[in-house]
Amino acid sequence: MQNVQREEWTGFKEGKWNKSVDVRDFIQNNYTPYDGNGDFLAPATDATKKLWDMVMDLSKKEREAGGVLDMDTKLVSTITSHGAGYLDKELETIVGFQTDKPFKRSLQPFGGIRMAQNACRENGYEVDSEVVDLFTKYRKTHNQGVFDVYTPEMRMARKSAIITGLPDAYGRGRIIGDYRRVALYGIDLLIEDKKKQLETSLVRMTSKNIRLREELAEQLRALDELKELGNIYGCDISKPAKNAKEAVQWLYFGYLAAVKEQNGAAMSLGRTSTFLDIYFERDLKNGVITEEEAQEIIDHFIMKLRLVKFARTPEYNELFSGDPTWVTESIGGIGIDGRHMITKNSFRYLHTLENLGTAPEPNMTVLWSTRLPREFKLYCAEMSIKTSSIQYENDDLMRVTHGDDYAIACCVSSMRVGKEMQFFGARANLAKCLLYAINGGIDERLGVQVGPKYRAVEGDYLDFDDVMQKYDDMMEWLAGLYVNTLNVIHYMHDKYCYERVQMALHDREVKRYFATGIAGLSVVADSLSAIKYAKVKCIRDENGVVVDYEVEGDFPKYGNNDDRVDQIAADIVETFMNKIRKHHTYRDSIPTMSILTITSNVVYGKKTGNTPDGRKAGVPLAPGANPMHGRDSNGAVASLSSVAKLPFKDAQDGISNTFSIIPGALGKEDQVFMGDLAVELDKGCCE
Amino acid sequence: MTGHIHSIETFGTVDGPGIRLVVFFKGCPMRCLYCHNPDTWNMSGGHDMTAEEILDEYEKGRSFYKNGGITATGGEPLMQMEFLTELFRKAKDKGIHTCLDTSGIVFSRDKKEEFDILSEVCDLVMLDIKHIDDDEHKKLTAHSNKAVLEYLDYLAGKNIPVWIRHVAVHGITLNDMYLERLGRYIAQYRNIQALDVLPYHSMAKNKYSELKIVYPLADTPDASKEDAIHARNVIINAMKEERSR
Repeated sequence: MQNVQREEWTGFKEGKWNKSVDVRDFIQNNYTPYDGNGDFLAPATDATKKLWDMVMDLSKKEREAGGVLDMDTKLVSTITSHGAGYLDKELETIVGFQTDKPFKRSLQPFGGIRMAQNACRENGYEVDSEVVDLFTKYRKTHNQGVFDVYTPEMRMARKSAIITGLPDAYGRGRIIGDYRRVALYGIDLLIEDKKKQLETSLVRMTSKNIRLREELAEQLRALDELKELGNIYGCDISKPAKNAKEAVQWLYFGYLAAVKEQNGAAMSLGRTSTFLDIYFERDLKNGVITEEEAQEIIDHFIMKLRLVKFARTPEYNELFSGDPTWVTESIGGIGIDGRHMITKNSFRYLHTLENLGTAPEPNMTVLWSTRLPREFKLYCAEMSIKTSSIQYENDDLMRVTHGDDYAIACCVSSMRVGKEMQFFGARANLAKCLLYAINGGIDERLGVQVGPKYRAVEGDYLDFDDVMQKYDDMMEWLAGLYVNTLNVIHYMHDKYCYERVQMALHDREVKRYFATGIAGLSVVADSLSAIKYAKVKCIRDENGVVVDYEVEGDFPKYGNNDDRVDQIAADIVETFMNKIRKHHTYRDSIPTMSILTITSNVVYGKKTGNTPDGRKAGVPLAPGANPMHGRDSNGAVASLSSVAKLPFKDAQDGISNTFSIIPGALGKEDQVFMGDLAVELDKGCCE
Repeated sequence: MTGHIHSIETFGTVDGPGIRLVVFFKGCPMRCLYCHNPDTWNMSGGHDMTAEEILDEYEKGRSFYKNGGITATGGEPLMQMEFLTELFRKAKDKGIHTCLDTSGIVFSRDKKEEFDILSEVCDLVMLDIKHIDDDEHKKLTAHSNKAVLEYLDYLAGKNIPVWIRHVAVHGITLNDMYLERLGRYIAQYRNIQALDVLPYHSMAKNKYSELKIVYPLADTPDASKEDAIHARNVIINAMKEERSR
C-alpha cells in the first residue's frame, strides 16, 4: 500500500497503518486509555430489551424442541449461501445470521459428511441425499482424507482414548481472523494488499510454494465473497467503516463469514473492544452518537455472538458439556509502551452481562495484569461476583511472548492476531499412558494391546524408579504417535477444509503453532507420589493385567504447595513437552502444549481405568492443571501455588485452572475492611 | 520454641485487610455460646509448629499476600503469648503486616510488660467485644468483660489500630439498647478504624455433634445480613451522637 488517505479516517492519527495492513499500529496511535469507573454505562434500550425477549422466547422454543429449533439439510453453508436473516430488521443495529433466520443451524459438510449427517439425524433431520452423494462420491472431505491415511495404530489409540478429542471429523477451529481489518481498511484495500502478496510470492514451483499460491488465490476469492455478504445485508463493505456502528458491523461481517464457512471447535473473536473504542470515541466527540446508542450497538453485537450456533452431534456435546462455540474475546492487557489498554469499550463489553444477563458466550476474557487501572479491577471483581461469567488470563506472562496485540483462542491459546495461527491438537491422556507403562501397552479397559509391547511391571508392589523408567518409555512412544496423528489431521484440514476467509485476514507469512495438549496431569502426579511416598499394591485380573491398586499409607498430593509432588507434576510437563519437540511437525509449526481441559476431562475420565492414586475407573480427571477434586486441603493459595509451579515455557499454549469460590469467601463487600470508619462517621448519615 | 496450632488457612480474606495467611491457635479460656470453632477450645490435637515453619508457609504464597499479611486467630492466640510475640517479631523482621484477632480476655495490667513487647510488633488488633453488658457477657462467655475493655483502653494508649468485631445474635446482642451502649462506649477511642458486625450463624452445629458437645443455641435462629447491617447502624449512630456531644 502506498501512503493511503481515506476520508473515513478523518480524525485518526496517521502512522505505519496507513502504509501497510497494521491494526496494532492503528490502535497504539489512536486509543484512549480510560482510568475511570463504570458509572458512565447506559442501561439496555427498549429495542435491546425487545430483541432480547425475542431471543429468550426462541431459546425456550429451542429447548422445548429438544435442543435444536431448525436445521439446513440441503443448502451447504458458504459465505454467500444464504439470504439475509433478521430477528427484527427495524430494531437491530447490527445484522447478520449464519443462515436466513436466527436459531437455524447451517449444514457444514466439508469437515466430514458423516458428522453432518449424524448431527442432523440425532436432531430428527435428514441431510438431502444429493448432498450426501456429492460429499461422498464427488467432493472429498477432511474426515475422509484423514482416515485414508491413518495407520492401524492411530485408529487404536483413538479408539482406546489415549489420544482424545482429535479434530479429525469436524473443523479444527482455534484460528482467529483479524476481523478488525475489515472495519479499518474495507475489503478493496485488503484485496489490493492480498494481490500484492500473491504477485510477490516465489515463482519457483515447489510443492510448498504451489500450496501458498493456491491458498492466496482462495483467500482472494473469499474476500470477494465477504464483500458480497455485506451486499446481501445492504452494506458496502468494500470501503473502510466510517463510524462506530459501521466498524462494529464490518468487523462482525468478517466474523460471520468465518462461522458460515467453518464449524470449528473454537471460533474466537480476537481482541476487538479497544480497537472499536477508537471509533466510539471519535463519534462521541463529534456528537454523532450518545452513550446509550454506543451501548446499544455493543449489546446488539454481543447478542449476535451469543446466537452463533453449529450443528453438532450428542457425542460432541457430551465431550464439551453443552454446545460451546468459544467465541472468546480478549479484553484489556498492558501495551508494551507501558500504557494499559482498558478503554470505555472494555467496560461496555462486560456491561452486556448486565444488560442482556449472564451467558457463557461470548467467552469474555480479561487479560489481567497487576498494572490494570484500579477502577477496572474493581469493576471486574464486581461483575465476576454478580455473573460468574468472566475468564481471567495472565497478561504479564503472555505479553512477554506475544506482545500487546495477541488474543486468546478457545480458552487459553494465545496468539498474535492476524500474524500467528495454530494447529489445534486435542489431548494426550497421560493418566492412561501411565497405566500403559504399568501394563506393557495393554489397554486396561479394552484388555488389548494398544501401545508397544514393553515389559510390564512385575511383583505385587509398584517401585518408583521402575515405573518412572517404564513411563518415560511409554511417553516417548505416545509423543511420537500423537504428533504424527496430528500431522495427518492438519495436512488434510488444509487440503479439504481450508479456513479461506480467516486466513485472508492474516498476513502472508504466518507463524504457526503446533498446539498439543495433555490431560490427567494431577492424576499422574498423585499416582507417582503415591508410588514414591506410600506403598501401592497391584491387583491383577485373570490375564495378569493390573486393573486396580491398593494404596497403603498417605502421600503428598498435588494442590497443597508441597514441592515433593508439585515437582513431579512440573517434571512431567517438561518431559512430555521435550518428547513432543523431538518430532517433525507439519508446516514447520512450532510445538507448544496446553494443560487445558475445562469440560472434556469428564469424558476422558470415563475412558480411564483405576489409577494408582486411588482414583476409581470412570471418575472424572481434574480439569486442566487443577488438583484432583477434594485433595487440596490447605486453602486456595496453596492450591494456586501448586499450579503456578508448572513451567509456562513448556506449556506455552496455556495452563488452565478452574476455580470456584463463594463470593462471601472472597472478602467483605462493604467498606468494613477498608479500615476507614472515620470517613463513615464523618458522613451526614448512614443508610 | 513452638506454638500449638490448630490449622492454617492460606487464603484468608475475612480476617483483616487483603489476602492473609491465617493461623488458628489452639486453646481458649472462653466458652462463648455461639462459638464456631469449639475444636480450638482445648490444647489437645493440632500440631506444634515453629515460627519459622509458619513463616515458610507465608513465603511460599508471598505474592498472594502483597496487600495482606498474617493473622493470628483461634482459639485465643494470647494464650500462647510468648510464641505469638516471637511469631509476630519474626514476621515484622520480614516486613509482614501482623494482625491479632482476639477476645482480649486474658489481658491484665499486671502483664503490661509482656503486652508492651507484643504491641511493638503488632500492626492491627481485631478485638471481639462479645457483649457490652458485664452480666450478659458473663452469661454468654462465662467471663467478665472487664479485661476486654481494659485491653481496648490499653491499645488506645498505645495508639494501635483496632477493628471492633461484634456478633449479632437474636436474644443476646441484637438489642438496640445494648448496641447503643456499645456504640457510646467505643466512641471515645479514636484508634478504632473499622467496625465489623457479623450475623450469627449455626453452621458450626456439625462440629459440636462431632465433638459430642451439646449445641447451646439450638433454639436461636440465624441472624440475617440485614440484622447485622441494622446492628452496625445502631452502633455507628450511637458513636456519632456520643462524639458530637
